[in-house]
Amino acid sequence: MNSLFPSIVSRSQSSGLMNFFVPIISIVLTLITGSIIFILLGFDPVYALYTFFISPISSTYGISELFVKATPLALIAIGLSYCFKNNIYNIGAEGQLTMGAIFGGGIGILFHDTNAFWLLPLMIFAGAIGGALWGLIPAILKTKFNTNEILTSLMLVYVALFILDYLVVGPWKDPFGYSFPKSRPFSESGRMPLLFDGLRVHFGLIITLFLIFVSWFIFSKTIFGFQLKVSGYSPKAARYAGFNQTTLVFFAFAICGAFAGIAGLAEVSGPIGLLYRDISPNYGFTAIIVAFLGRLHPIGIIFASLVIALTYLGAEDAQLFLQIPSAVGFIFQGLVLFYLLGAELLINYKLTYKKLL
Amino acid sequence: MNLDLILGILQIVLIATTPLVFAGIGELVTEKSGVLNLGVEGMMLVGAVSAFIILVITGSYFLAFFVSILSGIIMSGLFAFLVLFLMSNQIATGLALTIFGIGLSSMLGKQYIGTPIDGLSPWFFVIFSFLIVFLVSYFFYKTKAGLILRAVGESHNSAHALGYSVIKIRFLSIIFGGSMCALAGSYISICYAPMWQEGMTAGRGWIALALVVFATWKPERVLIGAYIFGGVTILQMNLQALGLRFPGQFFSMAPYVATIIVLVLISSNKLRIKLSAPASLTIPFYKGR
Repeated sequence: MNSLFPSIVSRSQSSGLMNFFVPIISIVLTLITGSIIFILLGFDPVYALYTFFISPISSTYGISELFVKATPLALIAIGLSYCFKNNIYNIGAEGQLTMGAIFGGGIGILFHDTNAFWLLPLMIFAGAIGGALWGLIPAILKTKFNTNEILTSLMLVYVALFILDYLVVGPWKDPFGYSFPKSRPFSESGRMPLLFDGLRVHFGLIITLFLIFVSWFIFSKTIFGFQLKVSGYSPKAARYAGFNQTTLVFFAFAICGAFAGIAGLAEVSGPIGLLYRDISPNYGFTAIIVAFLGRLHPIGIIFASLVIALTYLGAEDAQLFLQIPSAVGFIFQGLVLFYLLGAELLINYKLTYKKLL
Repeated sequence: MNLDLILGILQIVLIATTPLVFAGIGELVTEKSGVLNLGVEGMMLVGAVSAFIILVITGSYFLAFFVSILSGIIMSGLFAFLVLFLMSNQIATGLALTIFGIGLSSMLGKQYIGTPIDGLSPWFFVIFSFLIVFLVSYFFYKTKAGLILRAVGESHNSAHALGYSVIKIRFLSIIFGGSMCALAGSYISICYAPMWQEGMTAGRGWIALALVVFATWKPERVLIGAYIFGGVTILQMNLQALGLRFPGQFFSMAPYVATIIVLVLISSNKLRIKLSAPASLTIPFYKGR
């Protein structure tokens, strides 16, 4: 006879198969929990899940919207994986995104009546610089003053949001905007080119795919990627090998900040076209989930960003057709991360049934 | 300066700081047992919304606080299950708890935004916040159970070898932290505001986490830290109200900037942090079989 409850036994080697299956298990469990929530709310679960996950992407426009949402998520998540691989917990990507939008958008406002080919590249560059500078603050505080980067990077999110708020109600307010808190629109050449006529999916997607490819190359083919990985697995081994932890922290934060900054600029120069208060529906925080769900792997992050982008679209449709508050999207995002973290146990441990007799 | 004004400001500072004390002391107990729970903000929000909804439905303050604390126990119980039994990464799990709590609270509270309620007088809770800090301090340094809890946080393997149940002690500490965070949230939605609004805790959960570092894991210092932050917050509000020719947003960011500066000042002494932080903080305990 076997015991009723499984016991947890350490694996001698982490399971590669489980590494692949854990995200899938967690998505399936989230869908099951989701249907239970919908039943409790009094909806037909099949219809509700259809409204949430299928109907938003059953048109060309819907698929384009999916890519519009997935673009910033994937770009920030791949940036975050530079930090997370090295066990640096930068959770302030939302602030770095905002700062990128401010720097890049600032250039766009300055040249609001200029139409020139160099404008958009300059804005993207400024966005990357803005995000990187904002990301370097916690990096400096961590390496020079031993300050916990989780708290400082998060506090800087609030600071960045207040700076944006100050700019759009104050000095950068549109003089013809009827005192709405928004800036002038950028000129036509300061906007991300659209990839297809009539759809909102924009050039930011190409930039994102390019940077994901570059990151894949860095992670798997360069000494820097190797150093990141080693110092994440074993800080002691990294120190013994002579890797400079301070440099790694600086690079990880700067790259992550730059990517988040580009994502912010791509938002304001893509779908939005100007600066205002609510430029991001928590992309910087949600990208944390995308990074974990994608197992910090470039290909995984692409798939994870599409899955999580779908929760944004589904939440909008659920609000429209089922009158469920769109916050249900965040519940799904939280759930998928819970299941993922719980199921990660299966990678390093296995469940066995002990014999009682 | 007249005396009434000073007393008035003092009152406001006391009322505004109390939730920071609750959340800070709760998180401190959790961290002392060796577990970092970054879900404070999420637990506060769910505590705030559940208290508010129950008060609107039943009209009973007692039930409101009771259910709110229950919600804190459930939320932190979920966290405890993941980090203790499934040995998940504490930092990521805490973030998940916050994201989940933000979503859950705004979904539950959607139809209650703008519902008027009769606020409760805060003074009982203000006094209780001081009391609980001294009770926790007494528990840590004068009782055997407190010593065991601290031992678990310093070295779970030694505590386990001595026959103490690491998992049980950590579970109880996490639950205590969760209930205090929920209490902080319900205080905000019922006494301090009194109303419900999405994300109404406005980062207080994160400031509570910073307070624990500021306090270098000593209970009484949570009080000092909380009152510095509370004071800065009220000061910036009053300065904004004076209508100085200086943008209000720069005052609004003052508490967050102050938090960063204070964290830097405290943490830059590496040795002090190393000596005062619980040595097993964020390290999962695996018994092996």
